[in-house]
Amino acid sequence: MSLLEARGLSKRFGGVQAVADLDLDVAEGEVVGLIGPNGAGKTTAFNLLSGFLAADAGEIRFRGRSVLGLKPHAICALGLARTFQIVRPFPRLTVLDNVLVGALGRHPNATDARAHARAVVDRLGLGAKAETLAAGLTLAERKRVELARALATEPALLLLDEVMAGLNPTEAAALVQTIGVIHASGVSILLIEHNMRAVMSLSHRLVVLNFGERVAEGPPAAVANHPKVIEAYLGEEYVHAAPPR
Amino acid sequence: MKALAALAVAVLVALPAFPSVFGSYAVTLFTLIFFYGFLGQAWNVVGGYAGQLSAGHAAFLGVGAYTAALLSVERGITPWVGMFAGGALAAVLGAVVGFLGFRFGLRGFYFVLLTVALSEICRILAGNTEAVGGALGYYISFTGNPRQFQFQDPRAYYYIALGLMLGATALVMWLERRRFGVYLAAIREDESASEAAGVDTFKYKMLAMLLSSFLTGLGGTFYAFYLFSLQPSTVFGIPLSVEIIIRPIVGGAGTALGPVVGSFILSPLAELSRHYFSQGGWHGAHLIAYGALLIAVVLFLPEGAYPRLARALRRRTAPTS
Repeated sequence: MSLLEARGLSKRFGGVQAVADLDLDVAEGEVVGLIGPNGAGKTTAFNLLSGFLAADAGEIRFRGRSVLGLKPHAICALGLARTFQIVRPFPRLTVLDNVLVGALGRHPNATDARAHARAVVDRLGLGAKAETLAAGLTLAERKRVELARALATEPALLLLDEVMAGLNPTEAAALVQTIGVIHASGVSILLIEHNMRAVMSLSHRLVVLNFGERVAEGPPAAVANHPKVIEAYLGEEYVHAAPPR
Repeated sequence: MKALAALAVAVLVALPAFPSVFGSYAVTLFTLIFFYGFLGQAWNVVGGYAGQLSAGHAAFLGVGAYTAALLSVERGITPWVGMFAGGALAAVLGAVVGFLGFRFGLRGFYFVLLTVALSEICRILAGNTEAVGGALGYYISFTGNPRQFQFQDPRAYYYIALGLMLGATALVMWLERRRFGVYLAAIREDESASEAAGVDTFKYKMLAMLLSSFLTGLGGTFYAFYLFSLQPSTVFGIPLSVEIIIRPIVGGAGTALGPVVGSFILSPLAELSRHYFSQGGWHGAHLIAYGALLIAVVLFLPEGAYPRLARALRRRTAPTS
């Protein structure tokens, strides 16, 4: 059954059609990778889905109900959480308090929420840093805090916007493993990712955007060799480099 | 931390006993410390914790002051009830300015300007309304009747101001540990990230504004019946808003003890410098001292005095505890 269903989603910024007539589905239990060159409209699509931007046209259904026009916090309450491409932890709060903010949505009692936040912090390997201010963390740790905060809202679907960007290969590999564990615990995932190794190993299905439109979709291996995808990333003159199909 | 707690307890126990040993000038000074500590704490809710820099809190104080004074003088309604009417009206005003600011996403400087405009509108309205005394102001004749919030003994004001400050501080300490307080801090740190984490930022900013303006409006009653005269240019003036804001900023905005520490630092400074400078014919020179102090705080103690103080005491007691 489809968890997230977007139909005909469009968004224009002045003369730029950032997202054009986009259809996007995420099934329950699925990991979908959203890829495409810079400026393809991936983050705009995320902002539309999570309620940070209003769509010019189209429909978004999450768990069977329309979420169009809902504010981000209401969409979060329905079980759709996101991270930001440029991490935004609360710098002058501790790691635990950062995650606590997410946990308070489901657990209004601060003591309960703190216990839940603590569990998420430990699960993401941040236990030793729980009382550290977020401002004093490394990028890899801040990415984990952001992920922990989103996870603490107990989402059914997690939207991850380039969580691997800026990480070294060791950190990225560890994060891929963590995301695998999160998925195994029953959270569906839609991820924007430029790190091909990560997106290939995590995703069940890839959706490729270019100039706001969906140009290809399918299993990772097939999509990677799709002429449209090679054209989008490398330009038309490289299409012949694709292996024969 | 233990030393700090012990110090706080000692001060709390000692404060109620002080007036019996103080001279009357010291009682006045401490009354002002407590009252401005209370006002700073009220501002701290929306300005310090939620990070919404209101620079027009005088408007809430003024509305509370005029409401309680008018109800008392014109209708004979005791200010002990009138103060809540004043607080409620201030909260209505807070709701209006909060809605305008938060619904239309005014942040930073724009929110500052909106709140300043609000207090200026109040000042001009009060100054041109004859029913409230116009520009000449509104005067309360002294009867010394405690039922009308009037006291022969200045120590009564001391205790009321102390109660207001302690009550507001206890409320803020309680809220700080709860969902409300955590959400306000999250909003101050990053509104978009708060929304993404499930915080209804509009709702919580509105609640912070309502609580802050209500408390400030309560303070208006004390102001009116401590001074017995209300001038629009003073009660709704920008200098009063600055007086309200500067203590929590110097002491540590967004901390429960910041406004109290800030008031203990600044209120005596304000009073003494006002006293001595005006004796020498230098009216307003205390504002220069204020400005210099504010620049020093921003440069050397950007998070305020209290967090630094707490850390220093913690470090000193660390080896023994």
